Amino acid sequence: MTRIVPTRRSLLAAAGGLGLGVAFMGRAAFADDAVGRKKLITVLARGGMDGLSVSPPVGDVDYAGLRGRIAIPAEAALKLDGTFGLHPALAGIHALAQKGQARIAPAIASPDRARSHFEAQDVLESGASVVYGTASGFLNRALTAAGGRKVEALSVGATAPLILRGPTQAASWSPGAASEGSPRLPGILMDLYAGDPLLAPALASGLQTEAMAATAQGDTAGGMAPVMAGSGGVAGFVRQGQRVALSLGKTVAGFMTQPGGPQIVAISVDGWDTHANQGAAEGQLATRLLYLDALLTGLNEGLGAAWSDTVVVVATEFGRTARINGTSGTDHGTGSTAIVLGGALKPGGIIGDWPTLRSEALFEGRDTRPSLDMRGLFKGVLADHMGVDRAALETVVFPDSAEARPVTGVV
Amino acid sequence: MASPNDLNAAIAVTRFGLGARPGEIATAAAAGPRQWLISQIRPAGGADQPQETPETAGSRLRNFRLYQQDRRQMREGQGEVDPSEDPVRIAARMLREGPAVDFLARARLAATTPAGFRERWALFWANHFTVSGVKLITSVLVGPFEQEAIRPRVFGRFEDLLVASTAHQGMLVYLDQVQSVGPRSPAAAYLRRQPMPGVGGGLNENLAREILELHTVGVKGGYSQEDVTEVARALTGWSVGGLREAVSQRGEYVFRQNAHEPGARTVMGKIYPAAGPEQGLAILKDLAAHPATARHICGKIARHFVADDPPPALVARLEAAWTESGGHLTRVAEALVNAPEAWDPAPRKLKTPYEFLISSWRAIGGQPGAIEHISPPLLGMGQRVFSAPSPKGWSDEAITWAAPDAIIKRMAWAEGFSAVVAADLDPSPIAAGALGARLGEPVRKAVARAESRQEALSILLMSPEFQRR
Repeated sequence: MTRIVPTRRSLLAAAGGLGLGVAFMGRAAFADDAVGRKKLITVLARGGMDGLSVSPPVGDVDYAGLRGRIAIPAEAALKLDGTFGLHPALAGIHALAQKGQARIAPAIASPDRARSHFEAQDVLESGASVVYGTASGFLNRALTAAGGRKVEALSVGATAPLILRGPTQAASWSPGAASEGSPRLPGILMDLYAGDPLLAPALASGLQTEAMAATAQGDTAGGMAPVMAGSGGVAGFVRQGQRVALSLGKTVAGFMTQPGGPQIVAISVDGWDTHANQGAAEGQLATRLLYLDALLTGLNEGLGAAWSDTVVVVATEFGRTARINGTSGTDHGTGSTAIVLGGALKPGGIIGDWPTLRSEALFEGRDTRPSLDMRGLFKGVLADHMGVDRAALETVVFPDSAEARPVTGVV
Repeated sequence: MASPNDLNAAIAVTRFGLGARPGEIATAAAAGPRQWLISQIRPAGGADQPQETPETAGSRLRNFRLYQQDRRQMREGQGEVDPSEDPVRIAARMLREGPAVDFLARARLAATTPAGFRERWALFWANHFTVSGVKLITSVLVGPFEQEAIRPRVFGRFEDLLVASTAHQGMLVYLDQVQSVGPRSPAAAYLRRQPMPGVGGGLNENLAREILELHTVGVKGGYSQEDVTEVARALTGWSVGGLREAVSQRGEYVFRQNAHEPGARTVMGKIYPAAGPEQGLAILKDLAAHPATARHICGKIARHFVADDPPPALVARLEAAWTESGGHLTRVAEALVNAPEAWDPAPRKLKTPYEFLISSWRAIGGQPGAIEHISPPLLGMGQRVFSAPSPKGWSDEAITWAAPDAIIKRMAWAEGFSAVVAADLDPSPIAAGALGARLGEPVRKAVARAESRQEALSILLMSPEFQRR
């Protein structure tokens, strides 16, 4: 068996294979030192994460009947309260919840109701009230509103997620990107790009962060767990995936805690579109949740003392149908679960109300009815944790969002 | 000073086509740029095929199912297996090598074809009807799907393309249609009496939704959730033959009457009487002919060929050609070539990673020699081989591909590529051949003044006029 100590490059390449992508932004975004320590991590679960499996309402009398063979058994769920548990794959999150450092919002949704992945992700990330309402992401606008000066930003990954796009140009770095050819080439290209509004800022930001990345690589390369390569079948593959996800979480945390490191990070996790054979306590969805749990555990462990200044929000574009579908999966739905974690949380129960799964309570007779607007949750976190001006939140960051009242009492 | 004909020849080869091979822009100029493009449209023959004798979707599916069966039998303890016949290893090799063979052949066709517009047109439709290899088994079906369903029909009627795409094993497997069972069908009743592990026995609306949202009328097309469910019911029974079926049906499209939801369906206000596969076909035909479909897809064509935010006049021309011809794609392709808005000298489109790599090989008159030459850089730049992130396909917008990280990756690749190929090349003629009259004075000078051939070629490949089209 080969034992491989991964380089940052191989680690992030492996992460790519798991459908994980990372984008950072917000170095020195906030003038004041107390706020300057605060960190915000959003984890976007793309594809429509099934809230009813993430935080199964095992105490809801209708749950088991609606879900049939994909219901999480009450005895398998990790208990949160009289109604809710967590999926058994989420042991790390459950341990944090026991300490008051993780809470769920079990019936949350963006304002979009079209059940289209693309529209719903657009509305979630743009922070607009309607699809294609704006071409920039709400985190980018929140940073601009909070900083009022040049904001350093960094994205890792070959494509830029909408949530970070906007007037603040995202600088970027990626493993293995370091240029090893002509030292003159970047300068020549900068001259040739002078008139190009897209390529010029992109190349400038890319070059700028190469140096920062070199530093980060030196700081964290020694701290990563070895990844075992070899056989072991599906179970071995899953274990290896968990190790990669855990290491990625720690690496991202190491990047954030170095001096001048990014304050805001967006992580994408793909693979939640479970139309068929999604499984229950074990299976396809359970494997994705094991990776998610390992990633969050890695962030928690890697941030160390900085965890107390951190809030993590795990969100998805929509939930899935309350009923199992004809192929042992679930189709596109509406309300889902968001998970809020961090050392800075105020203790409390679920965030928002639980509408129940009674047939008359279901949205359009098929989905978890949303009781909370995603924008309200982010407004609360951005105001109370990151110190973003409330007036800016209502106008620039989340336009036309009066009906989405800020959620208070979380941080 | 370049003549308008020279500039149009450069636009024809680089914007409508896949980039210029040496001498190609001069050929287009001599033929007349519009005529050069029109002559590539092949109403009867469709697009070119990357492989002369490709493996079919049917044979790959049959083989894969057989390996799965062998593996089950092996697990059930039927003795030791010779490693060379280990079904898990054979299946793993098939999953690794099948897509690699398909993709390399497609990339070599793109790098060498003298009909770049015809190939770009085929790639547009393959992306419109995306089948992605993100699901294990579908990775071996993407190549056959393009060969069998898409390429023969890209200059025919849209309706035929839609039906062929919907009924192809690649699409049926990718969007979960094979397992969808009408809840009131005999098959569902049987499964309620005799449950089978792993078989749900009910409806799956994944394919139905994407047909409406992505393949035809589009998300603003005016359909409701109930319409999605009705299309899903109508399509129940559209499936792929398994190992229990007659040999001739294994791995092929089959219609299972006993899984088909009985009764009439109502889709967007129209009633479709009870029928077998004809019910779904009738719905597909009406969706193909719907005005929202023409609007949605003509907007996409204009966005792909001309600008992320295309001129409304161009979209209107395409839509008129589509409507007048009943969705005849030859007429739409001709309308695109003849539209003055498509020839705006400003290059609005940023090349996708695939387009960038292919056009780089074309510029030097080369082609990728092995899958290892093209697969890793595509992964790094965000366009993993045969693995579009969703049924929506690869993005056609510059902002997706212009992340700073991706631009740095392009630069690093251009330097590595140049280091390998530049030694025997003369960079200035290469630059002139690749861009023709689109080559600007600053880039021409920078190439001429570079310190090395490698640097010169890197500058050319990373120049704004080469990155854009």
